Amino acid sequence: MNPVATPVFFYGLSFAAIVFAIAVITRKNAVHAALSLIGTLVSLAGLYLMLYAPFVAGVQIVLYAGGIMVLFLFVIMLVNLDQNIREIQFNKQWLVGLIAALSLGGLLLFVIRQGHAIFPINEQAALPEGVNTQQIGIALYGQYMLPFEIASLLLLVAIVGAVVMAKKRI
Amino acid sequence: MGEITTLHYLVVAAALLIIGTIGVLTRRNVVIILMSIELILNAVNLNLVAFSRLYGLHGQVFSIFVITDAAAEAAVGLGIIIAFFRNKETVNVDEADLLKW
Repeated sequence: MNPVATPVFFYGLSFAAIVFAIAVITRKNAVHAALSLIGTLVSLAGLYLMLYAPFVAGVQIVLYAGGIMVLFLFVIMLVNLDQNIREIQFNKQWLVGLIAALSLGGLLLFVIRQGHAIFPINEQAALPEGVNTQQIGIALYGQYMLPFEIASLLLLVAIVGAVVMAKKRI
Repeated sequence: MGEITTLHYLVVAAALLIIGTIGVLTRRNVVIILMSIELILNAVNLNLVAFSRLYGLHGQVFSIFVITDAAAEAAVGLGIIIAFFRNKETVNVDEADLLKW
């Protein structure tokens, strides 16, 4: 089955992702920023679906929009941001930010424009055969066994670290 | 409105990465700085998944590892924010100057 109307969905989803991302860094209220970030994450999940990656799209929604963002909202609730809203939201580094953004954008534009030899841009993507989730599972438990175990160790360290950081008295 | 190629996805990812960089460099609220870091990680993920359409499944597996890292980073970072807020009663990064003299 061939996909239908991909340009419409692509431009809509990427426009939504970028607009929500700009809202994340410009909103005064941290809760509004968090909600905009959820919008970006959901739009990116749609883009992953268009790239034939349904498992990553599901993980994106369940883990990012469901897990990490709830963590963010909990912390916004725990720290008192009432006074912060009345203060200036941006520091005095706008020049540094502008220079960094321009140089990074110029570099990426240069690489994308000059890199036609590296990027096989016009290659027609093959429709995947087999079930995506099953293949990812086989790869995770076969070829990527050691990184998978290291990731579990990393999560354990992060849990212990978060508890130690947030505890009043150790 | 022609065919959507990998290049289109790369441009979107670059835009997200630049927006995240500007957020990290210019905001004062440390919670929003962490959110900008999440934006940067998501831009990388979009690149990985876009190339995995051409080169097989490895990019998707890596993007799952990146999501794991993002979860660990968010947990530790938010723990640090809570500890910082308990000490200084603020969440502005330019007031975190204990190591400065």
